[in-house]
Amino acid sequence: MKSFSYERATSPAAAAAAGARDANTRFIAGGTNLLDLMKLEIETPTHLVDVNGLALDRIEETPEGGLRIGALVRNTDLAADARVRRDYGVLSRALLAGASGQLRNKATTAGNILQRTRCPYFYDTNLPCNKRKPGSGCAAIGGFSRQHAVIGASEACIATHPSDMAVAMRALDATVETVRPDGATRSIPIAELHRLPGDSPEIETTLASGELITAVTLPKPVGGTQAYRKVRDRASYAFALVSVAAIVQRDGTGSVALGGVAHKPWRVEAADAELPRGAKAVTARLFADAKPTKDNAFKLPLAERTLAAVLREARG
Amino acid sequence: MAKVSFDVNGETHQLELDTRTTLLDALREHLHLTGTKKGSDHGQCGACTVIVDGRRINSCLTLAVMHEGDEITTIEGLGTPDGMHPMQAAFVKHDGYQCGYCTPGQICSAVAVVDEVRAGIPSHVTADLTAPLRLTNAELRERMSGNICRCGAYSNIADAIGEVAGRSA
Ligand SMILES: Cc1cc2nc3c(=O)[nH]c(=O)nc-3n(C[C@H](O)[C@H](O)[C@H](O)COP(=O)(O)OP(=O)(O)OC[C@H]3O[C@@H](n4cnc5c(N)ncnc54)[C@H](O)[C@@H]3O)c2cc1C
Ligand code: SF4
Repeated sequence: MKSFSYERATSPAAAAAAGARDANTRFIAGGTNLLDLMKLEIETPTHLVDVNGLALDRIEETPEGGLRIGALVRNTDLAADARVRRDYGVLSRALLAGASGQLRNKATTAGNILQRTRCPYFYDTNLPCNKRKPGSGCAAIGGFSRQHAVIGASEACIATHPSDMAVAMRALDATVETVRPDGATRSIPIAELHRLPGDSPEIETTLASGELITAVTLPKPVGGTQAYRKVRDRASYAFALVSVAAIVQRDGTGSVALGGVAHKPWRVEAADAELPRGAKAVTARLFADAKPTKDNAFKLPLAERTLAAVLREARG
Repeated sequence: MAKVSFDVNGETHQLELDTRTTLLDALREHLHLTGTKKGSDHGQCGACTVIVDGRRINSCLTLAVMHEGDEITTIEGLGTPDGMHPMQAAFVKHDGYQCGYCTPGQICSAVAVVDEVRAGIPSHVTADLTAPLRLTNAELRERMSGNICRCGAYSNIADAIGEVAGRSA
C-alpha cells in the first residue's frame, strides 16, 4: 500500500471540500472495497477523508411517504430496518444476498453503490486494463469473460457492476443525494448515476470530483410482491453471475432490474411494460442489443429463467 | 504516522501508527495479540474476524486509525484456557476444527451470530422477513458463510454453535 495522509471530516460540506483537494484524494467509509484495492495498489490515494464521523447514519421517513437512507447506514442495518423489510422487501433481500455478515456490518450505502468492478483483469496489475490504466487495452476482451457484461459494453471495457443493493434500488426508482465541494446539493436518479463504459471506462459515475453522497431516497412504497433472486457459483458469499430484482403487482405490471449483466444495474422501462406477457417478452426487450461473448452467452437464458422463476413465485 | 486510542479486551491502548496499519496488523504486530489470524487479507476468508462495539467485522479491511474510542474484543478477550467462553468450550467439545487456523475467527463470528439472531437481524435464508426468526441449521450456515474452513470442519462448527444458541436440532 502507498502511504497517505488521513483526516476525519467534520461535516458533509467540509468533506466534499476536502475531497476535491486533488485527484488523489478519496473518501473512506466502511473501507471494505477501497482498502482491498489499496492493498493491491489499484487505488493509490495520497490522502483519505474519513466520512464515518458525519451524522449520515439514520433512516428517516420523507414528507412524501418514502424513506431517506443516510449514506453511512450500514448494509446490515438497512436490511434489518422494519420499514425496509415491510415496504421494500426487494432491497432487504438484495442486501442480504451480498457479501458476508462481517462485511455487511461495515459496508455503507454510499460505499456499496460506488464499489468497483470485480473483473479479474482489473485486479491483476500485470495485465492491460483500460479501467485501471486508461489506454492500456482490455485483457477481458478475448480473455476469459464468463462473468463479464452481455449488454452496454464497449470496445474498451466489458466489466460488470458488482453491487446487489444497487440493482434493487434501480428497480425501486431510488434517488441519490449529494453535496458538492462548493456546498451545492443535488439529486440524481439512480439510473443516471452509473455510466456505461464507452471509451472512458475509468469514469464510472456522473459524480464530480469531491462530490459526496449524503443519502439515497426511496419513493413512497409501491407494494406488490418484491423479490431478489441471485444466481452464483456457490450458495453464499459470492458475487452474482446474474441477479433479478423484481416488483410485481397483482395485475402483472411492475418493474425489473438485472445485476451481473452490465456496467450498471440494468433496467429498460419498455421491458417493464412487457411484464404481463411473461419473462421471455421482458428479457427480449432487456437484451435487445445484447452482445455476449462465447463465455458468457449463457447469461441470456439464465436471466430469462431466473425472471420466470421469480414471476411464477410472485403469482403464487 | 497518526495517533489512535482504543480498548482491546477491556484495556485501553494508545498507539502511534503508520496510517496504513490495518486493525488486524495493529492487533498482531503492535499489541502482540496473535490469536486473530491473517488469511486472505482481503475479506475473503473471515480468519481475522473480531468484534468491534458488539459487531463482528473483518479486521483486515479496516484501518486502525479509524477505530478511535472503539471497544474491540478478540479471541483472547472472549475467554482463557482456564475460563473458556461457552462458544470456545463448545468448539472443543464438538471438535469444530482441524488445523485450527480459522478457529479464532470462527468463534468470534459465531458469538456475534448468536447476538444477531437475538437482535432479530434477518439473513438470506430467512423465509419471511416480517415473522419472528427461527434459528435453524440453514440459518446458522448462511450466517457463518463469511468464515471459510479449508479443513471443512463445517458440520462440527455448526453443531457447536447450535448447542450454544440453544437450537433444537
Ligand atoms: C469478499 C467480498 C465479497 C463481497 N461480496 C459482495 C456481494 O456478493 N455483493 C455485493 O453487492 N457486494 C459484495 N462485496 C462488496 C461490498 O458490498 C463493498 O465492499 C461495500 O459495499 C463497500 O462499502 P464501503 O462502505 O466499505 O465502501 P468503501 O470501501 O469505504 O468505499 C468504496 C468507494 O466509495 C467511495 N465512497 C464511500 N462513501 C462515499 C460517499 N459518502 N460519497 C462519495 N463516495 C463515497 C469511496 O471513496 C470508494 O471509492 C464483497 C466484498 C468482499 C471483500
Ligand atoms: S473489462 Fe474493463 S475492467 Fe476488465 S480488463 Fe477490460 S477494461 Fe479492465
